[in-house]
Amino acid sequence: MSVVSLQRVSKKFGVGGVRALQAIDLEIGEREFVSLIGPSGCGKSTLLRIVGDLIQPSTGKVVVNGKTPHQARLDRDYGIVFQDAVLFDWRTVAKNISLPLEMVGWDRAKRTERVNELLELVELVGFEGHHPWQLSGGMQQRVSIARALSFNPPLLLMDEPFGALDEMTRERLNLELLRIWEASGSTVVFVTHSIAEAVFLSTRVVVMSARPGRIVGIVDVDLAQPRTADTREEERFADLIREVRHLLRRDGGLDVEEPTPTGEQDFIAAEEALD
Amino acid sequence: MAGMVAKRVGMFALVLAALCAFWEGFKWFGETTGFALGSFEVNDRTLPHIHDIIGQLFEPSRTNGPLLIEVLWDAALFTAKEAAVGFALGASIGFALGVVLAHSRLLQRGLLPYIVASQTVPILAIAPMVVVWMGGRGFPDWFSVSVISAYLTFFPVTINTLRGLTSADPRALELMNSYAAGKWAILWKVRVPSALPYLFAAFKIAATASVVGAIIGELPASIQDGLGGAILNFNQYYATTPTSLWATNLIAALLGITFFLIVVVVERIVVHRAPEHVA
Amino acid sequence: MTSTVVEPIPRGTLGRRVGRELTDWAPAAAVFVLGIALWEGLVRGLNIQEFLLPPPSEILQTLWTERDTLWSAGWFTFQEAFGGWLIGCSVAMLTALVLARWRTLSTALMPFAIAANAIPIIAFAPITNNWFGALNQSSKMVIAAVLCYFPVLVNTLRGLTSVRPQQIELMRSYAAGEVEIFRRVRIPNALPYIFTGLKVATVLAMIGAIVGDWFGGSLDALGVEIQRQAGVFAFTEAWAAIVVASVLGIAFYAAVAIVERLTMGWHPSSRTE
Repeated sequence: MSVVSLQRVSKKFGVGGVRALQAIDLEIGEREFVSLIGPSGCGKSTLLRIVGDLIQPSTGKVVVNGKTPHQARLDRDYGIVFQDAVLFDWRTVAKNISLPLEMVGWDRAKRTERVNELLELVELVGFEGHHPWQLSGGMQQRVSIARALSFNPPLLLMDEPFGALDEMTRERLNLELLRIWEASGSTVVFVTHSIAEAVFLSTRVVVMSARPGRIVGIVDVDLAQPRTADTREEERFADLIREVRHLLRRDGGLDVEEPTPTGEQDFIAAEEALD
Repeated sequence: MAGMVAKRVGMFALVLAALCAFWEGFKWFGETTGFALGSFEVNDRTLPHIHDIIGQLFEPSRTNGPLLIEVLWDAALFTAKEAAVGFALGASIGFALGVVLAHSRLLQRGLLPYIVASQTVPILAIAPMVVVWMGGRGFPDWFSVSVISAYLTFFPVTINTLRGLTSADPRALELMNSYAAGKWAILWKVRVPSALPYLFAAFKIAATASVVGAIIGELPASIQDGLGGAILNFNQYYATTPTSLWATNLIAALLGITFFLIVVVVERIVVHRAPEHVA
Repeated sequence: MTSTVVEPIPRGTLGRRVGRELTDWAPAAAVFVLGIALWEGLVRGLNIQEFLLPPPSEILQTLWTERDTLWSAGWFTFQEAFGGWLIGCSVAMLTALVLARWRTLSTALMPFAIAANAIPIIAFAPITNNWFGALNQSSKMVIAAVLCYFPVLVNTLRGLTSVRPQQIELMRSYAAGEVEIFRRVRIPNALPYIFTGLKVATVLAMIGAIVGDWFGGSLDALGVEIQRQAGVFAFTEAWAAIVVASVLGIAFYAAVAIVERLTMGWHPSSRTE
C-alpha cells in the first residue's frame, strides 16, 4: 500500500511564471525512508509541501495515505519538521510538543503522558520546563521532531531539518532519527542537500534535476539495517555516494552554478500571497 | 508602473470618498434617530456637513474681511516657520545627544531615565516661563514657540539615534577596528549609515511633533498670527459659526501631513543613495 | 549522551540580584542628586528670579502644604487620562485584529492611518469641549483616547503580522483555522509589540489630558490648576503641580511596565543581558 503517490505532478508559480516541477512520478511505500536531493531551486521543498497540501500542484494527481492531500491534512495524517525548529518562544518545551495535541482536543492527562513518552524518545527528559532559547540548535530540532510525532502520524515530512547544524551534531541526530523511525514505524520523506546524509538515512534516494525539477534517477540504498556509525566506513557507502553524485552531475547541475534569481523560499512566500 | 500608480491613487480616492460618505451617513443617522452620547448630540453644530466646512474656507473670515482661506494660509505659514525652526533645533540637539549617549554606557544609564521623563512634563505648563525668559533676552516671541516645538522634537530623535547608532553590525565594526579607524571615522562611515532607517522613522514622528509643539506653544505666548491663535479665536465663535473652527482644524491637519510628507520625500532621496546595508 | 545546553542566566542569590539592580540605577540616582543640588545652588547663588525657577526646596515645601489640592487635581486628571487610555487602546487593538484578519482592508486604509497619525490631534480639543462641555471629563478623555489610538494600532498590527511564514505553515499542517492561528500564534507573538504601544500611550494620554485643559477645563483639573497658578505668578505652586503631573505620568508608565514584566517573563528583552 503506497503512502504517497505522485502522478505527473508539475508546479508553475504565478501566471507565466517559473516552472518549479515537471512531470513528477513517484510512489512511496509504507515504512520507507525516502530522501529527495537536488541542487538549490530544484523544487524539492515545493514537492514536499505539495504532499502536505501547503501548496497546490498545477497538474497531476497526488494521493496521500489513500486520500487527497487536503483530506490527509485535515485528518492530520502527517507531521512536518522544518529546517528552522519553529518553536514558540512563549511556550515551554513540553507545551511546544503538546501544541498539536491541544488542537486536536486531548485532555491534559493524556497530553502529559504522551509528552513524557516523546521526551524519552528524543532523549530530552528533564527539559520539559525549559524555553526554546535555553536550548542548543540540535536540542531545538529534537523538540521539533517530538512535536511532529506527537499524534503518531503515519507520514513524516522533513525539510532539511539538520541543515542549520554542525557536522558532528548532524551525524549524531541522523542516528537518532533512524532510531525514532524504527520505533515509530512511520514513513519518512526527507529533503536534504547532503549526499552523505541522504545515503546514510534512506531506503531510497530520489535525485532531482535543476529547475524545472524532474526526477533524474532513484538509487536503492541496500545498506544493512539498522544503520550504525560504522556504516559510513563501508565501501558500499562510498559507492552509493558516487552513484548519487554521478546522477546529480549528469542532470543535476552539480558542475554548473545555476543562478537562482529568487530562492525557493520566495516561491513559497509568493504562493502564500496568492491565497 | 503607471498602472500601479493609477491603481494606488484610485484606491486612495475610493477610501476617501467612503470616509466622507461614512461621516455624512453617521450625521444623517444621528440626526434622524436623535443619537446622543451624554451631552453629545449630532447636529449641524457638533458635526457640520463636509461641504459646509470646505465652503466656509471661501467665506470672509469676518465681516468685510479677507477670505478664511487667506487668513488660515498666512497662519499656517507662520506656524510652519516656527515648526521648521523647532524641528531643525530639536533634531540637531537630539542627534548630538544620541551620538554622545551612544559612546558612553555610563551617560546612558545616568541620563536616559531623565530624557524619557522629560516627556512626561507637560511642556505647555513650562511654556509661559520659557516665553518670559526668552522675551527678556530679546528673542522674538515666535522663537520661544520654536523652543517648545524643539522640546517635543528632540526626544524621538535622541532615542532613535541611540538605537540606530548602537545597532551597527558588529562585524562591520570589527572590520573598521582592523583598519585602526578612529571613533569619528567609525561613526560617520558605519554607525550613521546603519542608523539612517531609525533616524528617518524618528524624523517622521518628529515632523508631526514639531507642528503640534508649534501650535500649542502659541497658546501661552498669546500669539495671534499662527494656527494656535486661530484655533483659540474661532473657538470663541463656535456657537455661531462652527465650520470656521473645523476648517481651521482641517488646515492644521494638512500642515501636519505636509511636514510628514516632506520627510518621506527626503527619505526617498537620501536613503536611495545610502550605503548597502540600509534596507 | 550529552548535548550542549545553553544555560539560562544564573538566577543568583537575592542579594546578588538586588546588588546588580542597584548598580544599574546608581548613575541615574547620582545624576538626580547632582541635578537637584545644582538646581538649588544655582537658583540661590545666582539669585535667579524666583518667579521663573523656584528652588527645589521651596517646591518640595509647596508640594506638602498644597498636597490636598494637588492630590485631588492629580486624581481628577488621571481619571481623564486613564479613561482615555483604556478606550483608545481597546478600540485600537480591536481595529488591529480586524485589519490583521482582512489584509486588503489594511492596505487600503494604511495611507489614511499614516496621514491621521500626522495630524495634530490636540487641535481638536476645542471641538471636543464643544461636544461634551469644557468642564466635563469626557471631552479630555476623547482627546486622550484619540492620541492613544494610532500608536497602539500601529504597534499591535505590526506584532500580529510579523509572524514568520513557517509558523503559519506549521499551523496549517495541523489544519488550524484562522481563529486558531490568531489565538495560538499571532496574539502571543504580538504581546511585546502591544506592550510597547501601551507604554507609549500612557505618556500620550497624560499629555492629552493636561494639554486639553488649556483649551478650557474644570477647576478641579491639574492642567487648569497649573495655568491658573502661572497666571497669578504663583510659580512655585505651578511647578509643584507640574511635578505632580510628571510623577503621575511616570507612575502610569511604570505600572504598565511592571505588568509587562510579569506577563512576559519569557521574552528575550526581559532576560538580563
